[in-house]
Amino acid sequence: MTGVTTRELTYAAATNEAVHLEMARDEDVVLFGQSVAGSPDDPFVRAFGPDRVRVTPISETAEIGMAAGAALAGKRPVVDCTMAEFLLVAMDQVVNEANRFHYMSGGRVTAPLVLKAGYGFTAGWAGQHTGSIYGMFMGVPGLKVALPSTPADAKGLMASAIRDDNPVLFLHHYLLLLEQGPVPDGEHLVPFGTADVKRSGSDVTVVATGWTVHRALAAAERLAADGIDVEVIDPRTIAPLDTATILTSVGKTGRLVLVDQATRHSSVATVIAGEVAEHGFSALRAPIVQVTALDASIAYAKPMEDYVLPDEDKIVAAVRRVTVRGAA
Amino acid sequence: MNAEQARSLLRTMWRIRAFEERVGRLKRSDEVHGLIHLSTGGEGVAAAVCGQLRDGDVVYSGHRAHGHVIAKGAPLPETMAELMGRAGGLCRGMGGSMHLVDVAHGMLGATGVVGGTVPAALGSALAARMRRESTEGEDTVSVVFFGDGAVQAGTFAESVNIAALWRLPVVLVCENNGFAEFTPRSAHTPVERVSDLVAPWGITAATVDGNDAVAVWEEFARLLAGVRAGDGPALLEALTHRLRGHYEGDPDRYRDAIATEEWQQRDPVLRLERTGIAHGWFDTDEAKAVREAAHAEVEDAVTWARESPWPTPELAASLVYGS
Repeated sequence: MTGVTTRELTYAAATNEAVHLEMARDEDVVLFGQSVAGSPDDPFVRAFGPDRVRVTPISETAEIGMAAGAALAGKRPVVDCTMAEFLLVAMDQVVNEANRFHYMSGGRVTAPLVLKAGYGFTAGWAGQHTGSIYGMFMGVPGLKVALPSTPADAKGLMASAIRDDNPVLFLHHYLLLLEQGPVPDGEHLVPFGTADVKRSGSDVTVVATGWTVHRALAAAERLAADGIDVEVIDPRTIAPLDTATILTSVGKTGRLVLVDQATRHSSVATVIAGEVAEHGFSALRAPIVQVTALDASIAYAKPMEDYVLPDEDKIVAAVRRVTVRGAA
Repeated sequence: MNAEQARSLLRTMWRIRAFEERVGRLKRSDEVHGLIHLSTGGEGVAAAVCGQLRDGDVVYSGHRAHGHVIAKGAPLPETMAELMGRAGGLCRGMGGSMHLVDVAHGMLGATGVVGGTVPAALGSALAARMRRESTEGEDTVSVVFFGDGAVQAGTFAESVNIAALWRLPVVLVCENNGFAEFTPRSAHTPVERVSDLVAPWGITAATVDGNDAVAVWEEFARLLAGVRAGDGPALLEALTHRLRGHYEGDPDRYRDAIATEEWQQRDPVLRLERTGIAHGWFDTDEAKAVREAAHAEVEDAVTWARESPWPTPELAASLVYGS
């Protein structure tokens, strides 16, 4: 980031800054949500007025469908859907309407809208408020899915999401909201479909998303002490998915560990494993190992949460498995 | 209604009737190969509503959309080509019967999911009102067509609430043909009149005989004037009869066929002919000429569509995302 000034911001503040900058830049950007515009002092209402910042009733289907109709008519709505599970109430509008409009119209219309929601909390929020459910969205044609892991990426991906001509699901990770990091001032765009190598290494490729990127980086530091050099890749968007960067890395390391907070059979990990098995098989010197959540709901009790979810120890163990002598 | 409006209405209705009947035959010969829902019998609603809209007014529809698209101004050759899945179609053969779009005339979308486009009409209405506030004299509206089956979907209640809360310039047009797909309305709801449902929200609503195109025209004109003036949303319930089954190929065993004599009395196209001749809006020869011209135009559309090429496979990847 030579020549770019940065400030320390939280992931949440960086995301909001992107929305704010885009609303200032383009008057067609509007903000809907069940909890936006909470008071006349709300910074978005103060800056952009109640017409562009609209609180909506608990009517997910109408809220998202309305955003789609506003998008078709030239607006660029950002819908704060609060929690990823709330999208499930409006599944037709999320995966079967706006995302298909461009394609089904033969390209005659576009539906630029952003659905922003949180996911992945682990603080006893139990079965319905903790899911990492992006797997059920990443394979939906026409819908883009962003999973930022750092404040800078959160800002840059949100800005790109708002400027994108397609419906984008922007999923922020609850456990990262208050994490701080350097964020470029002013306009900052992170392109979709471009993975970021968060740590270079030569022995093992680890692909992780969201909060697990940081667990993977911590695991990599522990493994470095043992002389295992781990490369950590964050796809940043899972639709589109930058498989090229992953395949290039696997070509170098020959070993792949996939870390994902999602349930295994609805995870990014499984999709990447399939792509690498097909397109990178000859480079592999060990079986691909996936460190995912179990195919189970997140339980309430703390020890049960820990049991179900991936963590640093599980990542370290997986990397050791693919690097033991004879695994080649 | 004046003579010019009546002639225009009759012309649109005959164009829809001729189109739908031709599509039914093309479906049976598999030249139109997909899932098809014909609007035969509902021409009066489509023509009377869309006939009073401008190109800038947005329309959404559902699975039974051919009539709405034609009434809104879509050219018949491109509409027919779309149903045949051809590259020259309105949507380049990528959408088909249930997903017709014609941006130039304000037809922004149709859905195969009952009720799916009702909230979209609110969003376009909101966009229009935000434009109105920045552009002097702008008074465009959104209209969404849906069937009585959609009224039992949650999206209807959600949308009615927001439309009323924000006083959006939207007209909800319910074509109540008494059947939700294969089931009589009485088996799905104890509420007989859709227009009775919206009173608590303060939405102006009316029920009209949908087989009487003149009545639909006049009632919609009244509601539209209020919505254009900024009075907030309105709902028009048009009681219609779906002459064909739910889809082409539907054995239609769940209801009794309408008697030919009864249908001739109710048929909205023949009825407008009788009314128009009685009022002196046109004479028998003029009505016949309109009918024949519509059939000829549809035949030309079929010829044009048959010559249109198929879409090419590279579209499958290139159209997934917009620019």
